[in-house]
Amino acid sequence: MELVLAIGIGTLAASGVWLILRPRTFQVIIGLSLLSYAVNLFIVAMGRARSGAPVLIAKEIGDPAKYADPLPQALVLTAIVISFATTALFLVVLLASRGLARTDHVDGQEPEA
Amino acid sequence: MSGVAAGLVIAPILLPLLAGAGMLLLHGEKQRAVIAGLNVAATIALVCIAAVLLGMSDSGTREVYRLGNWPAPFGIVLVLDRLSALMLLLTSVLALASVVFSLARWHRAGAHFHSLFQFLLMGLNGAFLTGDLFNLFVFFELLLAASYGLLLHGSGLARVKAGLHYIVVNLAASLLFLVGVSLIYGVTGTLNMADLAVRVPHVAPESRGLLEAGAAVLAVAFLLKAGMWPLSFWLPTAYAAASPPVASIFAIMTKVGVYIILRLSLLLFGEEAGASAGFGGDWLLWGGLATIIFGAIGTLASQDTARLGGFSVLVSSGTVLAATGIGQAGVTSAALFYLVSSTLGIGAFFLLVELVERGREPGADVIAVTREAYGEEDELDEAEEDVGVAIVATMGLLGVAFIGCALVIAGLPPLSGFIAKFALLAAALNPGDRSGAVPGSGWALLVVLILSGFATLVAMSRAGLRIFWASPDRTVPRIRAIEMAPVMVLLMICVAQTILAGPVIRFMQATAQSLHAPAGYVSDVLQVGAEGVRQVEGK
Repeated sequence: MELVLAIGIGTLAASGVWLILRPRTFQVIIGLSLLSYAVNLFIVAMGRARSGAPVLIAKEIGDPAKYADPLPQALVLTAIVISFATTALFLVVLLASRGLARTDHVDGQEPEA
Repeated sequence: MSGVAAGLVIAPILLPLLAGAGMLLLHGEKQRAVIAGLNVAATIALVCIAAVLLGMSDSGTREVYRLGNWPAPFGIVLVLDRLSALMLLLTSVLALASVVFSLARWHRAGAHFHSLFQFLLMGLNGAFLTGDLFNLFVFFELLLAASYGLLLHGSGLARVKAGLHYIVVNLAASLLFLVGVSLIYGVTGTLNMADLAVRVPHVAPESRGLLEAGAAVLAVAFLLKAGMWPLSFWLPTAYAAASPPVASIFAIMTKVGVYIILRLSLLLFGEEAGASAGFGGDWLLWGGLATIIFGAIGTLASQDTARLGGFSVLVSSGTVLAATGIGQAGVTSAALFYLVSSTLGIGAFFLLVELVERGREPGADVIAVTREAYGEEDELDEAEEDVGVAIVATMGLLGVAFIGCALVIAGLPPLSGFIAKFALLAAALNPGDRSGAVPGSGWALLVVLILSGFATLVAMSRAGLRIFWASPDRTVPRIRAIEMAPVMVLLMICVAQTILAGPVIRFMQATAQSLHAPAGYVSDVLQVGAEGVRQVEGK
């Protein structure tokens, strides 16, 4: 599972970085979304990801290693909400830029060939 | 801690939240006066609260506010110490000046200016008060989201273009922030800053690389906000494009990055941090020096007065970063003095720029510089523009304010900028160890600071000559008292800082000393005595 997770994060991050370096605003916003997925998965991975383990500790505490760490999940939830909101905000600015500059180039003007 | 005092610690976050949210309920032209009044009232209240908090913090005790009353490493805490109280007061004073300035006309340039302004203040205050890394992320996002809106305030192609870059850069930086936070959490298992300070010296050697990588990634995110070269390419354009009141409050935004770097580097990687002590100090020093050089060259190269202000922001944050990199209590205290003085000076400058530019046609700067470069004197425009009555007082006031800003920003006597730079160099050249030798970093700082001051002076004088003496075709701008007063008040605070330099420096020294001794912070936040800290460390 570690390998799958690592390859997944790496692929998402690499695609995201490549896309935010592209000249079109739409590519940039998709790149930012992919990067934020990569980062969210990364946070889960850094909290020692376990599959199928409960996060809440029962009355008899027992072995903490049997439980998943709830904090990274809370962090990811917050990060998802925030990145969703900022992406939506960026989308608005993207449309404003498209309308004012009449181009979807990130610099607001086409490069001189 | 008494209940009222505890409530006051969270007030700088709650007050702007309630004020900003309340203003959202009111809209329309008729209620604009009510909204503006609410904003001014909330900001004045914030100044008062910050002043009271500063007085509370100066007794040397740290007020710790536990949200939900959960004990410290598990719950989120707000921590008020001298540094955070100082930053709160600086923010609120700058905010008051900027909001009063905006009342003259700028707040009508777009919707929800006042709400966004209060939300920005909430994010700033929260970032200064929080004692938890993830909470810091949330407050950073809050202040950034508000700043995206404020940067676009007034609209127009230039702002949207600069805003697009600004948003992308900051979103990418936020993702780096998350990567850094999660790496640190993965290694240490905590996000509470005080708890981190306890755990960093005991991190296993094989995990230390990961911890330092996490801290470095985190630092990149903060340095991007602080505008350290080469992460500062976006800053001058964005600041020059922003409307003047917004640019003025943005002068504190770079200082948030600087503040976090200062706090975390001393807390996590101070002298007591074991194997990681002093981590990243050299990077901060040389990066800061490179930022000053870049900013100084930028001030000389800028053809536009607002861009000149943007590059001065870089010089200012570079200076504080370099001083942080040196890592001595004496240098830190002088750097704090410099931070206050330069932030006020630059804030006043951004407001002033718009006032002096008002009498000139757009693009006049570029034409003037081109004229200088080609030695052409344009004689065509002479006969026109005799209409405006030359009010001596207006031009005189503007001139005095411009000279004041230039003196503070360039660091010339007799104003506070000079005292700040003098204290900084005196501390950097007298490290106070036995050998008495001046370290290389002290010499480097000396040379770079003097040269950057000179470059700023040249650039400011050139701009001043062009604006006040060499524009035959200018009209005297119509300026209302409500626009001139904030600039004057900010400069008067710099004057007061000069006259009261003794007490202010003493406060800064106390601040720096408590920053350089993080054990006190740790024991206050975790609510264990000095004995308890040692016990926790022993585990």
